[in-house]
Amino acid sequence: MLEIKNLHARLADGREILRGIDLAVNSGEVHAIMGPNGSGKSTLAAVLAGRDGYDVSEGTVTYLGRDLLTMPADERAREGLFLAFQYPVEIPGVNNMYFLRAAINAQRRHRGEPELDAGQFLRAVRAQLKLLDIGEDLLQRAVNVGFSGGEKKRNEIFQMAMLAPRLAILDETDSGLDIDALKVVARGVNQQRAPDRAIVMITHYQRLLSYVEPDRVHVLHGGRIVESGDKDLAVELERRGYGLLGDAA
Amino acid sequence: MTGSIDTLQTVRSLSQEGYKYGFVTDIEADEAPPGLNEDTVRFISAKKEEPEWLLEWRLAAFDAWQKMTQPNWAKLNLTPIDYQAATYYSAPKQNAGPKSLDEVDPELLRTYEKLGIPLREREALAGVAVDAVFDSISVATTFKEELAKLGIIFCSMGEAVREHPDLVRRYLGTVVPQNDNFFAALNSAVFSDGSFAYVPPGVRCPMELSTYFRINAAKSGQFERTLLIADAGSYVSYLEGCTAPQRDENQLHAAVVELIAHDDAQIKYSTVQNWYPGDAEGRGGIYNFVTKRGACRGARAKISWTQVETGSAITWKYPSCLLEGDHSVGEFYSVAITNNRQQADTGTKMIHIGRDTRSTIVAKGISAGRGQNTYRGLVRVQPRAQGARNHTQCDSLLIGERCGAHTVPYIEVRNPSARVEHEATTSKISEDQLFYCRQRGLSAEDAVSLIVNGFCKEVLKELPMEFAVEAQKLLAVSLEGSVG
Repeated sequence: MLEIKNLHARLADGREILRGIDLAVNSGEVHAIMGPNGSGKSTLAAVLAGRDGYDVSEGTVTYLGRDLLTMPADERAREGLFLAFQYPVEIPGVNNMYFLRAAINAQRRHRGEPELDAGQFLRAVRAQLKLLDIGEDLLQRAVNVGFSGGEKKRNEIFQMAMLAPRLAILDETDSGLDIDALKVVARGVNQQRAPDRAIVMITHYQRLLSYVEPDRVHVLHGGRIVESGDKDLAVELERRGYGLLGDAA
Repeated sequence: MTGSIDTLQTVRSLSQEGYKYGFVTDIEADEAPPGLNEDTVRFISAKKEEPEWLLEWRLAAFDAWQKMTQPNWAKLNLTPIDYQAATYYSAPKQNAGPKSLDEVDPELLRTYEKLGIPLREREALAGVAVDAVFDSISVATTFKEELAKLGIIFCSMGEAVREHPDLVRRYLGTVVPQNDNFFAALNSAVFSDGSFAYVPPGVRCPMELSTYFRINAAKSGQFERTLLIADAGSYVSYLEGCTAPQRDENQLHAAVVELIAHDDAQIKYSTVQNWYPGDAEGRGGIYNFVTKRGACRGARAKISWTQVETGSAITWKYPSCLLEGDHSVGEFYSVAITNNRQQADTGTKMIHIGRDTRSTIVAKGISAGRGQNTYRGLVRVQPRAQGARNHTQCDSLLIGERCGAHTVPYIEVRNPSARVEHEATTSKISEDQLFYCRQRGLSAEDAVSLIVNGFCKEVLKELPMEFAVEAQKLLAVSLEGSVG
């Protein structure tokens, strides 16, 4: 589904953050990408989602057989790539439900499917909230405005569940969460596990991985994947810490 | 935040297709010779077969205007206006005062249809009575008979002068005197038409009253005058819309609107202003200098202004409320957008005169391209206005790097019991917000439109339902091309 080969990316100021990433993610898999602060985790998520401000100097990314890097950010989203933000953004005055419906219908139009009317949408929302055990109070508020950290992350997971992406990338969705919120996130991810879907969890800590069992774990350091393994690698990392990785740069 | 500002940097110009009302109607016009002097005033008055008192009234205004100079305190950069180059009267040639729509030139009816304002009543907008003003005169008014059954008078100003001279004489100029300011004096001297409405005591007007202003002729200015009277305990909601053809020279629009609300009466006045804004380089466009003022004459009267200002090269406009009656209420809700080279200096004046008067101001300014947007507002509490309250909220949104937003509040309080609050914010559509929306599948333009509509929500919800949707679309069109 996703194949990254020798990906190099730098910031506008010339600093190279990604220095040759190789990664293959298949349908149905859950991958965890771990690494210390500054290793390039969030940059990888941003480059995959098509955020402006990064210059890809080398390498390729193939998503569902297409060249991902030439697609604009909104097209990537409509092609089923979802990013759960580390810092979800506030949009004052825009109702959370309205926002989500606009997003879903933009994606449905892209796929040539009819738009959801208010009734169909509401039924889908209710069903999903119940599954995730999220309260309805988030719906009528403006997008992320005045949400607590936990509420923002729950909202991201809720959006993910509603949009039913092909590839979901979770950028440190677990950071700063109390145990209840962490469980909601974990429940969302576990529910979304499906044979035609891949999930990439970017995380600093092993914590989330106690609730979601990844198929593969990768260690990102100095802009490269320096180690890959199964779920046991996460446990091992937690024990030995990132300090022993040395300077991979 | 890392990353460049590529998303916002490429501020493209509004495409020529963006303004879809820029067409010209080819119609024979009856015009005054260009230039402005006493003869011009007499010409207009004679054309309209006005009574002597009104001619005198106009001449007094002209006299006052000649002694005044164009105000320059607004934050507007404009080329000097040659008042002698403009044409002050231009009317489509037709049988004097068409009795029914069948007598209206079909070319005019087609023009309004193209603008989305069908005037034939069987096709007309349900629940909206329209007075259509084309250049200098009113060409048609719909639903007149139906309104007349309730005692409501809704007609062109010209007709009101002929048919209801006592009402006109009693109220004209009582809120905006002839010598109020430079542009109001000019309007008082040369106003050609406009709308008039009177709602009798205790009547709730069952439909929206509306005027649709269209400037068509080249080099002509539009100087309409609107007078709205809500008698005791009545209610009326009024809407005006405006468009003009795309022309390379600037055209002048100097209107005066006077509202009078008696005891317990309510007037809701909404404007969707979409005059031609000029092209991306700032060539052409309407110079919009408008004096709008409402007087809450009676106790518990309420006047509410809602405006969505998207057009014009220059907007100079301060819809105001004189809160004379005790417990009277004034409201001002405004969205002003400036894109490309547009400039807006707009706001309100709330003058608290009576006891326990209340006013609310919510002003939203959006600047894109090289647009400049100034909120200028006065809140004055007179010594007798015991217990007056005002809340002002003034928010600016910037799109791109080359636009500007300015806030100039004036607060004058002469009664110690008054409570006046002012809040102001300035924000930018951030790259984060745009990216967040796009990551959910919205195109960049849809994302901007969504964010802007969210920003304006408090104002848009004040518009009558029929026009709120229209206004939302207009906001999107006005900002087309503001993100790359």
